[in-house]
Amino acid sequence: MTEHAALPDWLTGDGRKRSRDWTTGDSRRQSAVAGTLLGLSRLVRDSVFSEKIAARPGLLQGLDPRIKLVGMLSLLVTVSLLRNWYLIVPLYGLTLVMAAASRISLKLYIRRVWLFVPIFAAIIVFPSLFNIVRPGDPLWVIWDFGHQVTLGPWSLGTTLAITSQGVKGAILLILRVVTSVSLGVLLALTTRWADLLKSLRVFYIPRVFVLVLSMTYRYIFLLLAMAEDIFTARTSRMVGPSSPREDRRFIASSMGTLLGKSHAFSEEVYGAMVSRGYNGEPVISHSFQARPADWFWLASVALAIALVIGGDRLLG
Amino acid sequence: MHIPDGYLSPQTAGGLWAMMIPVWYTAGYKVRKTLSARQAPLVAIAAAFSFVIMMFNLPLPGGTTGHAVGGTIIAIIIGPWAAVIAISVSLTIQALFFGDGGILALGANCFNIGFVLPVTGYYTYRLLSRGAADGSPRRWFAAGTGAYLGLNLAALITAVEFGLQGDLFKAADGSALYSPYGLSTAIPAMMIPHLAVAGVIEAVATSLIYVFLQRNNPSLLHSYDGIKAAATGRIQLKPLLIGMALLLVCVPLGLLATGSAWGEWGADEIQADVGYVPAGMDRYSGLWTGILPDYAFPAAEEADTGEEPAGAVSLEGVRESAPAYIISGVVGLALVSGIAWFSARLLTRRARKKEQLD
Repeated sequence: MTEHAALPDWLTGDGRKRSRDWTTGDSRRQSAVAGTLLGLSRLVRDSVFSEKIAARPGLLQGLDPRIKLVGMLSLLVTVSLLRNWYLIVPLYGLTLVMAAASRISLKLYIRRVWLFVPIFAAIIVFPSLFNIVRPGDPLWVIWDFGHQVTLGPWSLGTTLAITSQGVKGAILLILRVVTSVSLGVLLALTTRWADLLKSLRVFYIPRVFVLVLSMTYRYIFLLLAMAEDIFTARTSRMVGPSSPREDRRFIASSMGTLLGKSHAFSEEVYGAMVSRGYNGEPVISHSFQARPADWFWLASVALAIALVIGGDRLLG
Repeated sequence: MHIPDGYLSPQTAGGLWAMMIPVWYTAGYKVRKTLSARQAPLVAIAAAFSFVIMMFNLPLPGGTTGHAVGGTIIAIIIGPWAAVIAISVSLTIQALFFGDGGILALGANCFNIGFVLPVTGYYTYRLLSRGAADGSPRRWFAAGTGAYLGLNLAALITAVEFGLQGDLFKAADGSALYSPYGLSTAIPAMMIPHLAVAGVIEAVATSLIYVFLQRNNPSLLHSYDGIKAAATGRIQLKPLLIGMALLLVCVPLGLLATGSAWGEWGADEIQADVGYVPAGMDRYSGLWTGILPDYAFPAAEEADTGEEPAGAVSLEGVRESAPAYIISGVVGLALVSGIAWFSARLLTRRARKKEQLD
């Protein structure tokens, strides 16, 4: 990825492997300090990457962010309302089409969506496939004990089986999670963060909240840079591995330092805002303008929603 | 503990959004009252801090690492209500931009992590550290215990939300529509790791940060006391309002009194009592007649001819003059309150502007 070029390489994955070898003696275990640095760098990389995609021309990038937000949220609500998994499939297909039309590499998009949350969902839902966890009609009997099996106070029944209800529930949950995450990722990838936050005004969210949200987003990166500095300074002075006890103390003190710094910093920011004429009533300027194409997109989304909801009611 | 989308039914997610709206409203009101225009930068930077702190891995004995939420320490420093907003903002950014926690489930996540956690943590800390000296170990112990309880209560509520899905939302054939586990599975599955690991991380991180601040930045631990003191240093309205309400209740007693209030005699009364009217008073007495002279309607005054012997209470007279008296009272009260409110507004606005300039 070209995004790596913008970041020093000790911040990216390759650097971590090297630092891991000497920050702890144990190479199997990633040191907490290195792990934190990796997390910080991944976050910066992801957001730089999102902004790059949001700046490209494409279907979703071209939409009025307010209309896009309303449409995407309606799709999210629809996904959570459907009771039949095979009606979620076309909605997932729709996200793929929208991703392709927005010139997002499908390989990257699918990897980003599937990498963590759905796999986690699959692990969570796995035990519910079995009749001993959630009773149901056996679909595939794995083991017939031939007699009532009890484990301490629990009665496990006479067979161990995967139930059809369990499979249905698992497919439904995973599809729901995947499609919801996809919609969220699409919204975040194709909208510049400042526009996304400003478009929240559609829902009459008070201006002060929108201001706080955008200030927070900015200061996250400043605090991340401060945290990186603290961690790098420490790592660069270290000779040999440190014990987990030392790591723990160090991380807690750097949190404390960061807390003190940010508190003092907020006073300075407040002073800076007042000196520029801030009086507690923020002004939020935007130049959003809904065009016929935006309404056309929203109408198509509404049609898709009406179709799947209608289908869901018909199927019961 | 961040709930992704897909696990909660829209009914649950919507219900928790609805519960968060009054919480945010109250928090917004309290924060505006204590911090005024200073709120935006302080809350925003606290939110950014809460976001960043969730990325710090803390090594635990036994080789595992985990991250802390930091809700309790934030609440101790900026106050529980500002913490509710700061953590909610941080959760919103996580959900919108980083896919951490669902967008529809944001109401639920804000309720669990942004409201239950800091408020429980903060009040536990306050309770346990009451009367403890600044540098005493009881203080960091109280902060750690608050963090442990706050995180576990938040986890318990999350588990209940999950468990309700498994118990309540099923298709006709019994298959799960959302999270598949009932309360009896969800609660132990959630609570065992939180009581054993996540709660310990939260408690250890909070105590260590607290100890660090006790040694290196003790004034920060008092910053919320300062904010509160500044807020209570202003005029306390509650006792004032109670006193005024009591006085209002006593107003009808005036109906039972006879004669005029001392020092408020009319020229005719002075003539009767003293025998003459001072010349200066005579000159000015006709200059101003109130809209409702003697707190009675002109017509009612006709009837009230003052034929009763002085000092005796005439029920007849009370009944006749009561409506006029009460209406006069209400009109007067409204006028006085209106003027007082208006001038108070003018004064505070000027003071606020001055404060901002300072």
